[in-house]
Amino acid sequence: MPSTAAAASPSGDDPLIVMEDVNKWYGAYHALRDVNLSVRRGEKIVLCGPSGSGKSTLIRCVNHLETIKTGRIIVDGVRLDDSTRSVDAVRSEVGMVFQNFNLFPHMTVLQNCTLAPMRVRGVTAAAAEATAKRYLERVRIAEHAHKYPAQLSGGQQQRVAIARALCMEPKVMLFDEPTSALDPEMVKEVLDTMVGLARDGMTMVCVTHEMGFARQVADRVIFMAEGQILEEAEPESFFRAPKHPRARSFLGEILAHH
Amino acid sequence: MGYTLDFTVVLDALPSLLWGCLGTIGLALSGMTLALAVGVGGVVARGSSRRWLRSIVIAFVELVRNTPFLVQIFFLFFALPNVGLTLNPTVTAIIALGLNGGAYAIEIIRGGVQSIDKGQIEAGLALGLHKGQVFRMIVLKPALRAIYPSLTGQFIMLTLTSSICSAISAYELTSVAQRIESETFRSFEVYFTITLMYLAISWLLMTGFSVFSRRYFDYPTR
Ligand SMILES: Nc1ncnc2c1ncn2[C@@H]1O[C@H](COP(=O)(O)OP(=O)(O)O)[C@@H](O)[C@H]1O
Ligand SMILES: [Mg+2]
Repeated sequence: MPSTAAAASPSGDDPLIVMEDVNKWYGAYHALRDVNLSVRRGEKIVLCGPSGSGKSTLIRCVNHLETIKTGRIIVDGVRLDDSTRSVDAVRSEVGMVFQNFNLFPHMTVLQNCTLAPMRVRGVTAAAAEATAKRYLERVRIAEHAHKYPAQLSGGQQQRVAIARALCMEPKVMLFDEPTSALDPEMVKEVLDTMVGLARDGMTMVCVTHEMGFARQVADRVIFMAEGQILEEAEPESFFRAPKHPRARSFLGEILAHH
Repeated sequence: MGYTLDFTVVLDALPSLLWGCLGTIGLALSGMTLALAVGVGGVVARGSSRRWLRSIVIAFVELVRNTPFLVQIFFLFFALPNVGLTLNPTVTAIIALGLNGGAYAIEIIRGGVQSIDKGQIEAGLALGLHKGQVFRMIVLKPALRAIYPSLTGQFIMLTLTSSICSAISAYELTSVAQRIESETFRSFEVYFTITLMYLAISWLLMTGFSVFSRRYFDYPTR
C-alpha cells in the first residue's frame, strides 16, 4: 500500500485521499482498525462489507463528520487536524451523498443547491443559480427546480442531493449507501446518474452493495469487516474469486438476496 | 339584591379600556419578541461547547420556572434601581415578560431543535457550512415549525400573564380597569368587560399566529 503522504509527488498525480494507520473508537468500541487507504484522482472505489463493519465511519472520517483517534488523513494535500481551517478546506472539496438524502425540507430544490455555493464559496445568487440549473439538468431534474423535497419521489430527491453536492464543484464525491433507502424501481435512476458522474471522471468513494454498479464503474472494490480492510481487488476478481473467507461468505449472502 | 348592573360607566370608560387593550397587545408583542430572542439565543448558548455558558442558561431557566412571576417583576422593578438601573414600569414589564417567556421558550425550542434529524445537520456541515450557519439556515425554521403550537400557546400565556404587570402600574388593560373600578366602584361591570376583552385579544393573537404560520411555514412536509 502506498502510505506516506511525504511520498506525494508534486506532479499532480499525488493521491486525492490518503488515510494512514487510522484508528477510531466510539467510546470503548474500536470502529476503525489500522485503516490504510489511498484514492487516486479520478479513481472510483466501491466499499462494501457487512452492516456495522465501519464503512460509514470510514467515509465520514474523510470529511471530518467523525474525528479519529490516531493516524492521518490527507485530502487534496490538506492534512485534516481538528483546526477549522483544515476542516473547511477539506469539506469544500468533498461532496457527500447520504442514504436518507437529507435535503432541506424548507427550501426548494434550487435553494438546496444554491445555499452552500453562496454561503461557503461566496458566489453571487445569479452565478449559483446558473450552476445549480446546469447540475439539475445533468441529473435530469431541472423541471422540478421550484418544488420542495416533500413533493419529489425518493429517487428524485437523491438525484437532487447529488446535484446539490456537485454544485460545490467538489474534487471527490462520497456516497453512503445512496440507493438503500429507495424503492426498487427508483434504484436505477440514481445508479445511472452515478455512472454518468463516473464517466465524466469524478473521483468517487461509494459505499454500496450494488454489484452491477461496482462491476461497471469501480476501479477497486474494498471489503471491510469489523473495522478493518480485509480485501482490495479489481471488481472482476473480487466478485469471481474473493480471497478472504469473510468476503466469500458476505458475497454469498448478498447473492442470496438478489 | 341591591346591586343593579350599570354598564354606562363601562361605555364612558370604553376609550380608556380600548387604549388599555392596545397597551396589553403592545406589551405582549414586545414581550414575545424578546422571549423569542431569549429562547433562540438561550438554545444556542445551551448547546455551546463552553460549560459556563451552558450552566448560566440552565440556572436561568431553573430560576425563572421555579419562582412566581409577580416576585420576578417586583425584583426587577424594586431591586434593579439599587444597582443604578431605573426603568419605567412598562419597560420593566416588557423585560420581565421577555425573560419569563424566554425561559419557557428555551425549553420548548430546544425540544424542536432536538427533533430535527441529525442528518440535516450533517448534510449542512458536509457542504462546508459552519455550525452557526447550519443552525440558522437549516435547523431553526423546521424546529420552530415542529413546536409552533406549544410556542404560540406559551405566548398566549405570556399575554395573559401581562395582567400581573398591573402590580407595578405598567400601562396595560388590567391596570386601566383597576383605575376605572376605583373611580366608579363598578367592579363587576369593569372586570366582566375586560374578561371579554382578554378573550378577544387571545383570539386575535391566535388568528395572527395561524396567518403567520401559513405564510412562514409554507413548505409541504411528507
Ligand atoms: N455515533 C456512534 N456511537 C457509537 N457507536 C457507533 C456510532 N456510529 C457507529 N457506531 C458503531 O460503529 C460500528 C460501525 O458503524 P458504521 O460505520 O455505521 O457501519 P456500516 O456503515 O459499515 O454499517 C457499528 O458497530 C456501529 O454500531
Ligand atoms: Mg453505514
